Amino acid sequence: MIRSTIFLVLLLTLYPIPIQIQATPSIPNILGNNLIDQTCKKTPYYDLCIQTLVSCPESFHTDLEGLAKITVGAIAHKASAALRRIETILAKKEHSKPAVREALNACASRYRAVVEQDVPETLMSLRTGNYKFASRGTNDAATEAMSCEEDFAAGESPLSDLNVAVHDVSVVAAAIVQAVIES
Amino acid sequence: MGDHNQPFLSVSGDPECAPVHDDSVVDDALHRPQGSSKSKLLLAVFSGIFVVCLILAGGYDKSGVVKIHQLEGGDEMGVGPMEMPAGSATTRPSVSRGKSAGVSEKANLSPQQLLGGGEGSGDGLSEDFPWNNSMLSWQRTAFHFQPEKNWMNDPNGPLFYKGWYHFFYQYNPNAAVWGDIVWGHAVSRDLIHWLHLPLAMVADQWYDVQGVWTGSATILPDGKVMMLYTGSTNESVQVQNLAYPADHDDPLLLDWVKHPGNPVLVPPPGIHHKDFRDPTTAWQTSEGKWRITIGSKVNKTGIALIYDTDDFVNFELKDGFLHGVPGTGMWECVDFYPVAVAGGDGLDTSANGAGVRHVVKASLDDDRHDYYAIGTYDEEAGKWYPDNPAIDVGIGIRYDYGIFYASKTFFDQSKQRRILWGWIGEWDSEAADVRKGWASLQGMPRTVVLDTKTGSNLLQWPVEESERLRLRSKEFKNVVAKPGAVVPIKLEAATQLDIVAELELDKEAVDRVVESNEEFKCSSSSKGAAHRGALGPFGLLVLSEETLSEQTPVYFYVVKGKNATLRTYFCADQSRSSLANDVNKQIYGSSVPVLQGEKFGVRMLVDHSIIESFAQGGRSVITSRVYPTKAIYGAARLFLFNNATEAGVTASIKVWQMNSAFIRPFPNL
Repeated sequence: MIRSTIFLVLLLTLYPIPIQIQATPSIPNILGNNLIDQTCKKTPYYDLCIQTLVSCPESFHTDLEGLAKITVGAIAHKASAALRRIETILAKKEHSKPAVREALNACASRYRAVVEQDVPETLMSLRTGNYKFASRGTNDAATEAMSCEEDFAAGESPLSDLNVAVHDVSVVAAAIVQAVIES
Repeated sequence: MGDHNQPFLSVSGDPECAPVHDDSVVDDALHRPQGSSKSKLLLAVFSGIFVVCLILAGGYDKSGVVKIHQLEGGDEMGVGPMEMPAGSATTRPSVSRGKSAGVSEKANLSPQQLLGGGEGSGDGLSEDFPWNNSMLSWQRTAFHFQPEKNWMNDPNGPLFYKGWYHFFYQYNPNAAVWGDIVWGHAVSRDLIHWLHLPLAMVADQWYDVQGVWTGSATILPDGKVMMLYTGSTNESVQVQNLAYPADHDDPLLLDWVKHPGNPVLVPPPGIHHKDFRDPTTAWQTSEGKWRITIGSKVNKTGIALIYDTDDFVNFELKDGFLHGVPGTGMWECVDFYPVAVAGGDGLDTSANGAGVRHVVKASLDDDRHDYYAIGTYDEEAGKWYPDNPAIDVGIGIRYDYGIFYASKTFFDQSKQRRILWGWIGEWDSEAADVRKGWASLQGMPRTVVLDTKTGSNLLQWPVEESERLRLRSKEFKNVVAKPGAVVPIKLEAATQLDIVAELELDKEAVDRVVESNEEFKCSSSSKGAAHRGALGPFGLLVLSEETLSEQTPVYFYVVKGKNATLRTYFCADQSRSSLANDVNKQIYGSSVPVLQGEKFGVRMLVDHSIIESFAQGGRSVITSRVYPTKAIYGAARLFLFNNATEAGVTASIKVWQMNSAFIRPFPNL
């Protein structure tokens, strides 16, 4: 119970962070976690990396590999959200043009590949130490998200925010995986 | 796995960092015992509110396109065996792209719009974006080794035994992605016509339950086979294990026995338990012991550990390392073998003495490329020294400047040659791999010899048996391509080819052009083969469509430098190889020595979605994986092109249609 209280206090003190992140580019020292900061500096989306890791308390007690796994979890989460939205849109048959529906179906198979292939492959790779397959899985997740967005004509993608989200967090994950390989 | 493991397909409102269920044998390190469910609920609520705050706060910068540069610099830093390269896939989706043509019907496009696709990459229309079955099934090769379905990676334990070439490989029997790795097996009389056999080894012991990984075969003087391989244990420790045929009289080596005392090697002190894999074929020392090497790393120095053994069960770690190179990171799939200074035949792995150099090769985990160096082996000290430290292992020459990894050689005692296998991964998306039901190929086996003319590099060439696949040929002598020309090479078909071409630049033009101080690298211009110099690029357009909407140039680029010395580069350009948006679009290659009096020579094996290009007799090799959407089946074309501005090119080309190798299961087993 005490542990949970500490977590809650920690979370409450983090509420000002989103505003601060917009104002300043680096994480405040109150967190005092060098690993998260150093790791995120190796990624091209520092702020997103910080937010993804900081939102997960376990990131404060883990190593580089653990941080990689947390970002992979974020990929899975966002990719699943994309799948749910695709399902929702496709269920509303009257709203979509055929070209859009076709693109949505293609995106669905892409995101299924992310959730069912890329993520497990990446986790297995991290666990067993054959890290290049984690690189493959995370980079592929970025590819799938980008390709999904490009499958739509300009302005017609109902998935843009999620595509960008999956792409960016996958790129962050891939950068952390590369840091694991080179560590 | 317990109620604290939330499935990753979680309902909305769950925190983003829900532990991801990964179907593992052992517990994920992130999983922790939970407190009371009440505190869990509070945690979830606050985390959910926190996430909402993040989203409301506007999150990260959305403006612009951000490119990731995984690797900086030159030709060596090309693409790895699997991942999509920087600049294509990792370019953030441009949501406000304003593509005017959008997803339109191909028939409505004017020829100008089609031909205009040469300007840079990624602007291609992807109206056929869902890969259709016709496009996907075309990608399967006719004469390269691949299992009937699913995922393959590293070549394992190749050997010639009782009249059969044996090939084992990393295989996933369950999916078209890496995982659940076991040993596949196939045999052939001629390294070309392969017959699939049942799996040789599966992950059925605690010491290889998380992966029956890469290994190598040693044939003892009495003919017995010892197979050493890496296992990933139930606790993710990398160990070395011994296996041998259940029946040495079975020429097919169908069944294998794992030594009851496995593992025979565990990570030694100072070596991380995830940095210890891929044992080599053993070679004999003058003391009569067997010696192997295993790649690893210490901090960022890639190293090759040495062990001696009498029985393949008890090993002695030798002091120091065979060799190490700072900054190269983990050395995977180390290979160590002798080559004859005089060229010619290959040498048994135990050969040593005068007239012998030794090659050390490593697959670098950091950049997913295979590097080798030639040097001197000091058996007594257990050390190897590079002839030229400037191009030491990992910082110098690559076997292949395209996609080629985890390669391994073996000595073919039946024909006295050293043969190189290499894993060729995919350069498309995993979604496409899942859809087509398979992923990865093996390269055409290559002979490897020392280049006696330069003395400082190897020559690789497709095994001579590849010529048995040649059917009808067509010869095109003295085809002239003026500057800017694209000349069709008319063939009955253009997807299964063996091409041998010799090209010459107009000598007068070469003498006439001024010296250039151009610092050229194949990858330095985003225009690839459309980047024009005085004396290049010139070469072939492979797997190209009639209107060149899709084309894969493989070419030479010549620069006249100081004192009128010519420098030649050999490149492949995939930027316009496909209209699809989820395949590799990079440009890559390297410099290639062209000696006095030599013409520019290239041999290419085109086999659907793989192209293997050998320049100057195998001095430089590039393997490419290409996925056209239009330039397939009867629509594929071959062209000679010359984009030099000053010099004409004359080419003599011979093209064979190639037969299928009819790779299939071994009959009546």
